[in-house]
Amino acid sequence: MFILTTEHLTRRFKDLTAVDDLTISVEEGEIFGLLGPNGAGKSTAIKMITTLLPPTSGRVSVGGFDLAHDANKIRRLIGYVPQILSADGTLTARENLTVFASLYDIPRKERSKRIDESLALMELTEASDKLVKNYSGGMIRRLEIAQSMLHRPKVLFLDEPTIGLDPVGRKAVWDHIQKLRDNFGTTIFLTTHYMEEADKLCSRVAIMHLGKLAVVGVPADLKMSLQLDNATLEDVFTHYTGGALDRGDSYREARATRRTAKRLG
Amino acid sequence: MPTNKLKTAFSSVGCFFSKTLSIAAMDVRKLRHDPAELITRAVQPALWLLVFGEVFARVHIIPTGNLSYLSFMAPGILAQSVLFIAIFFGITVIWERDLGIIHKFLVSPTPREALVLGKALSAGVRALSQVVIIYVLAVLIGVGINWNPINLTLVAVVAVIASAAFSTFSLIIASVVKTRERFMGIGQILTMPLFFASNAIYPLSMMPSWLQAVAQVNPLTYTVDALRGLMIVGGTSVYGVGLDMLVLFVSMTALIIIGAKLYPKVIV
Repeated sequence: MFILTTEHLTRRFKDLTAVDDLTISVEEGEIFGLLGPNGAGKSTAIKMITTLLPPTSGRVSVGGFDLAHDANKIRRLIGYVPQILSADGTLTARENLTVFASLYDIPRKERSKRIDESLALMELTEASDKLVKNYSGGMIRRLEIAQSMLHRPKVLFLDEPTIGLDPVGRKAVWDHIQKLRDNFGTTIFLTTHYMEEADKLCSRVAIMHLGKLAVVGVPADLKMSLQLDNATLEDVFTHYTGGALDRGDSYREARATRRTAKRLG
Repeated sequence: MPTNKLKTAFSSVGCFFSKTLSIAAMDVRKLRHDPAELITRAVQPALWLLVFGEVFARVHIIPTGNLSYLSFMAPGILAQSVLFIAIFFGITVIWERDLGIIHKFLVSPTPREALVLGKALSAGVRALSQVVIIYVLAVLIGVGINWNPINLTLVAVVAVIASAAFSTFSLIIASVVKTRERFMGIGQILTMPLFFASNAIYPLSMMPSWLQAVAQVNPLTYTVDALRGLMIVGGTSVYGVGLDMLVLFVSMTALIIIGAKLYPKVIV
């Protein structure tokens, strides 16, 4: 069963078509990767699906609800971790979680239990009362995942979840993402630059190029279809994106990435 | 069943306010972790009262009735410091946008009005610290303070509502201009006209008629008028404290409704 579908999803900004006629379907319980070079339209697509940005045209349906009519019902079904490290550094982990427990209508009686569980799941219990600005990048990421999982969403969106993390932090985030899928059957929709990551984690990937869907499929099948010896997902990516040329509007994106990297120290 | 409908209506109103308060409480907690900013905010009003106020109190050119000039001016400086802090509130909107915090607020099933009102109230709480600072300064320079608890409460209410209104105005500007640089420029352009086209440091009767007309639609005028009636011994309000508060409340509500429409656009 498909938990998420987009049909002819399109978004234009003035003279730029950031997402152009994107049609994809995601099955319940899978880890779906949306890949593409900078400016391919991944983040714009995620913003539309997560109700942050109204589409210019096309349809989105999540858990049977239509974005155009039931955005608020979709919001209850999804969790979202933006690309930028967005946990509030001037608050503790517990305080960060408390706000969102309320915003997601978790009953007052259950809040502290739910927060403790999430902290334990992401292995942050010990540091839970320290200010987040003293956390490592990997810890902040895990806190954000904990926060986006408080209301047990059916679909979790992760926009570049491991960008700027060191290999240890990256590995921990991978393990935790898989744990969520295994424990709760959460469908995971992620974007990434790292082909190795996509290959390891995702049951299916879609590659976007210049706003359009270039190809979608199981990583193993895509690699096989190239008819190369020992083809990697990197080769598939290069094949469909022609060597990953950046597009013009990535200045802001590059700045955001650098800022993220800087915060990670 | 109508009773069921009523129940749902009540519980969604309850949700609305509990979410509003969570947003406000989040900001207040931040203040507790780092209270230094509260102290730096005392500097500007101190300069206005101790330098500008003391000088103008000596020259007797501003007709303030039977009030001393410093007494006349103290509520004006309270309103001014509330305004000056609130009008730059939008910078935190841009800051939180850059951090992705707003994205996470907006993907949650929270009414946009609750997000904006919550932010407005957190700005309101900051205004309360200004009230304390101005009262201390006013006592030091010998202004007669009305210590009636009802008056003190109403002063706090006026400061919170005014601050909520001006900070939402600032949030609207930030949502439209979207960048720090443009926002700071506009903030600086706005503060002085709002301040000078009001009754904060001179009565409306001294103004040319065109400026009076501007001052009469300036919410700061009603803030000052209410505070002047409530805060000081012998102070009177021109329009009546009730009307002043009504004007402020209606302005705040209208701004919040507009803000709720524009706030989600700050991330585009």
